[in-house]
Amino acid sequence: MNETSEARETAGLITPEIRQWIGRSDEPQRLEVTRRDIVKYSIATQQRLDKYRRGDEAPPMFLFNAHQPLVDLDALRPDGLTVDPLLPELPLKRVMAGGVKNTYHRPIKAGDALVLTRTLTEIYEKQGASGPLIFVVYAVRVETEAGELVMEETRRRIFR
Amino acid sequence: MPPLSTVTVGTHLDERTHEPSMVSLFLYNAAIWNPHRIHFDADYTTQVENHPGIVVDGPLQGDWLSQAVTEWLGDDGELVELEYSNRRAAYLGERLRAGGEVVEVDRHARTVTLRIYIKNAEDVVISPGRAVVRLAH
Repeated sequence: MNETSEARETAGLITPEIRQWIGRSDEPQRLEVTRRDIVKYSIATQQRLDKYRRGDEAPPMFLFNAHQPLVDLDALRPDGLTVDPLLPELPLKRVMAGGVKNTYHRPIKAGDALVLTRTLTEIYEKQGASGPLIFVVYAVRVETEAGELVMEETRRRIFR
Repeated sequence: MPPLSTVTVGTHLDERTHEPSMVSLFLYNAAIWNPHRIHFDADYTTQVENHPGIVVDGPLQGDWLSQAVTEWLGDDGELVELEYSNRRAAYLGERLRAGGEVVEVDRHARTVTLRIYIKNAEDVVISPGRAVVRLAH
């Protein structure tokens, strides 16, 4: 982590104004999990286990991206991505997936009604092989509507 | 998967090859509602974002990592943790492999920790990861 801190100080892309956004959460997303959506996901990802193929249970990565707000086409960025209401304008624009850490508390089944709450937990800078990179980290908490914890996701996006 | 009594550090997961197509990538991005043009618009991807080709989604590789584990596990337990980093990009047309091995067995807690990976054709790990599973019996 020391290496990261040094990079932060030297490149200086993360202004105090940007840093102020850390800790914010956006509007919780509610979603109903349908068997059909699980089956679609399972086909696209070529799942082999029957419980996923039949849509009984959602594969572990099924909820990736499910926290993002659904906006009209004219609200998408030129690269196609949704404008992230949880981020200020960043000096780097191109987005790459960085990675995930998921902790699972109970399986997600067809018929589940879930509430996803997302918090911006970190913004930091690193020097990559071809220039500076900004890492943005979100924590997503997934609960049932009754408040039972289902899954916790930590997700990194990289801006270059 | 084999019973816990026979699982030891070094036990390998079966490797599985993944060769996503334009259609499978399209369906994956539709399923997760991801309109990022680097996954379907070749001109934009190469000319504006300077990638050598259509980009294979990082979370799709994460999904393949999860499948390496869930296929080994079958219905004999549950995935508790899944973690991975997308270290290097992969492009449409590449042949990728998902696999892993057991790095820790806790017979008391009935948990097994696995090191998992996505490798490219040059045998370079492009997405390393880790998973913890809990066995039912």
